[in-house]
Amino acid sequence: MQTAPKPTGTAVRQDPVILRVQGVYKHFPIAGFGGLAVRAVDGVDLEIRRGEALGLVGESGCGKSTLARLITALLPVTRGKIIFEGQEITKMRGARLRRVRRKMQMIFQDPFASLDPRMTVGDIIQEPLDNYGIGSGRDRQRRVQELLRLVGLNPNFTNRYPHEFSGGQRQRIGIARALAVNPSFIVCDEAVSALDVSIQAQIINLLQDLQSEFNLTYLFIAHDLAVVRHLSDRIAVMYLGKIVETAGRNDIYDHPQHPYTRALLSSIPVPDPDVERARAPILLKGEIPSPVNPPSGCRFHTRCPIARAPGICSEQEPPLEPHGEPDQLAACHFAGEK
Amino acid sequence: MAQTLLQVEDLHTQFFTSRGVVRAVDGVSLHIDVGETLGIVGESGCGKTITALSILRLVPDPGKIVSGRILFRGNDVVKMGDEEIRDFRGNDVAMIFQDPMTSLNPVTKIGRQIEEAMTAHQRFTPELAKSRVIELLSRVRVPSAERRAKDYPHQFSGGMRQRAMIAMGLSNEPSLLIADEPTTALDVTVQAQIIQLMKQLNRELGTAMMLITHNMALVASLCQRVVVMYAGRVVEEGPVEQIFKSPQHPYTWSLLRSVPRVDEARKDRLVSIKGLPPDLSNPPPGCKFHPRCPFVVDRCKIEEPPLGEVGPDQVARCWVLMRNVSQADVATAKASSISIAAARNLKAPAGDDGTSGGGSEGANSNNAGS
Repeated sequence: MQTAPKPTGTAVRQDPVILRVQGVYKHFPIAGFGGLAVRAVDGVDLEIRRGEALGLVGESGCGKSTLARLITALLPVTRGKIIFEGQEITKMRGARLRRVRRKMQMIFQDPFASLDPRMTVGDIIQEPLDNYGIGSGRDRQRRVQELLRLVGLNPNFTNRYPHEFSGGQRQRIGIARALAVNPSFIVCDEAVSALDVSIQAQIINLLQDLQSEFNLTYLFIAHDLAVVRHLSDRIAVMYLGKIVETAGRNDIYDHPQHPYTRALLSSIPVPDPDVERARAPILLKGEIPSPVNPPSGCRFHTRCPIARAPGICSEQEPPLEPHGEPDQLAACHFAGEK
Repeated sequence: MAQTLLQVEDLHTQFFTSRGVVRAVDGVSLHIDVGETLGIVGESGCGKTITALSILRLVPDPGKIVSGRILFRGNDVVKMGDEEIRDFRGNDVAMIFQDPMTSLNPVTKIGRQIEEAMTAHQRFTPELAKSRVIELLSRVRVPSAERRAKDYPHQFSGGMRQRAMIAMGLSNEPSLLIADEPTTALDVTVQAQIIQLMKQLNRELGTAMMLITHNMALVASLCQRVVVMYAGRVVEEGPVEQIFKSPQHPYTWSLLRSVPRVDEARKDRLVSIKGLPPDLSNPPPGCKFHPRCPFVVDRCKIEEPPLGEVGPDQVARCWVLMRNVSQADVATAKASSISIAAARNLKAPAGDDGTSGGGSEGANSNNAGS
């Protein structure tokens, strides 16, 4: 028997880690190419702590969205374990999985594609409540209205359709839908990337307010490091299917240990002409290699400005180990060197 | 004093739709000097792209340039004949777009496409054009240019395609390059390469650049001067340093504070601009920004402010101006927008969902509890 799962959580409190990702792989086989596969996620270990916002960053094709889909059990893993609130979800099926999934919700990037155009906003937000049979019909309607008010929309808009709303408003609808079933963990996959800056700020503020109000845990996936730094407590950097560094949001900027993190951070322009004049981005050579056939040793060695290749970097894969500040991990043979 | 290359005077571009006339560009005046980099910033729908397309006379139907002058080296683009305008596009001005995939022909080799851009304008003989392709691709730092010129667009990555587009844009040695969100679709490390490239090209070739973007950081990185647009109008303009240090229009101020900075620890909440940009077929009276402005006064609702001088080379369209706003008002503007009361309210009875929710209606009387 579960206790009423209030978002503040009288439930499992002892374990500070809400989600563990252990040695997770996801390979997508390429049909007709005998055994070849896109190694989208290729050995990831990660912990997400209760109540924190973890930012996951990396460039397109690094596997961050695939990892999000594995974590929310929308895709089966090829290998490895994902443990959510003490339960291994990678082996779950049917009703048990449904029950766990209710606690983890997702907010998607494209507010135009993620809402059914033929459903009213009320039905969209109510659908998860219907799916899980929560409350009476009247309760559900009342909750829908409260959710709309919570995300800053007019509660009388329940009979409108998604096309009547702007991008930012649709994203609010997506947030209301995710909150409907009182989740404890929310994955935001590029949730603000498609929005105009002023609207993006509204949604970022809303997400922060909701987190503190409901003690939510966020996995925040984005390619915009400035947004991620603003929203996250800790940041994990992914490159070609692997986590290369994790650290607190300020440590990662002040003392990046992995050369990829350093290059990534130096690439981001800052809205300040004085800083911009002095900023010297570390320009990476070449492009991200194919995840079908990743480089030997350290995957980053083909583009790394400090790699010793041929040598240890092209021969040995560096483990993700403590480097730099407390709570900072990096996968580099020469962590911290410039 | 620098020589003016392009002068746009009181440009009005309107779209005649079934729902009414949309004033996409509503009296825009701006100029760009020879060799200068100008940024045009604003959010989707503020008219920045339509301004650029008007300059090239490429406004899509049902849009039309209604009035105004676009003087390029003294010649009015609006009055040019077909022959002249063809000559003007490509030879004098080139444009690169956000999505390099949709702007390249997928069934023609990259080198051939760049060649076509040159022969079409008859500036170079076919032989010369052919030999210039490799030079152009190397100039935009496409590695092994000779081999890559024989590739098709799908064999290029996003960053390489954008380089190819820039090479094509530069092929006829235009004096003005208009870049519409040239790095928005690219990853940050690739974006850094393209920004670097554009800076170098501007320095090496002296090509003036008009950068259209919503990204203030990009403007800080690339531009000397910036024009801020809102609802089809210029609301502020000035040298980049001044605009970033001391923005006078509340919209510019909000834009700058609505984006987090990667080089700063989180201090403040972001400034979010309430509401939505206005419907340009039915804009609000007075200042177009007043319904969203945190510092609005009565006059803003009735009378539209003119573009007035607020500093050396800096103009702003505002009755209030940020320098007259008190610290207290600024603090209020930054304050929370979500109703905490609404959140508390939600957590109360209806929040006790799940298995405790008795008396459910319908088929699924309760959740699939074991």
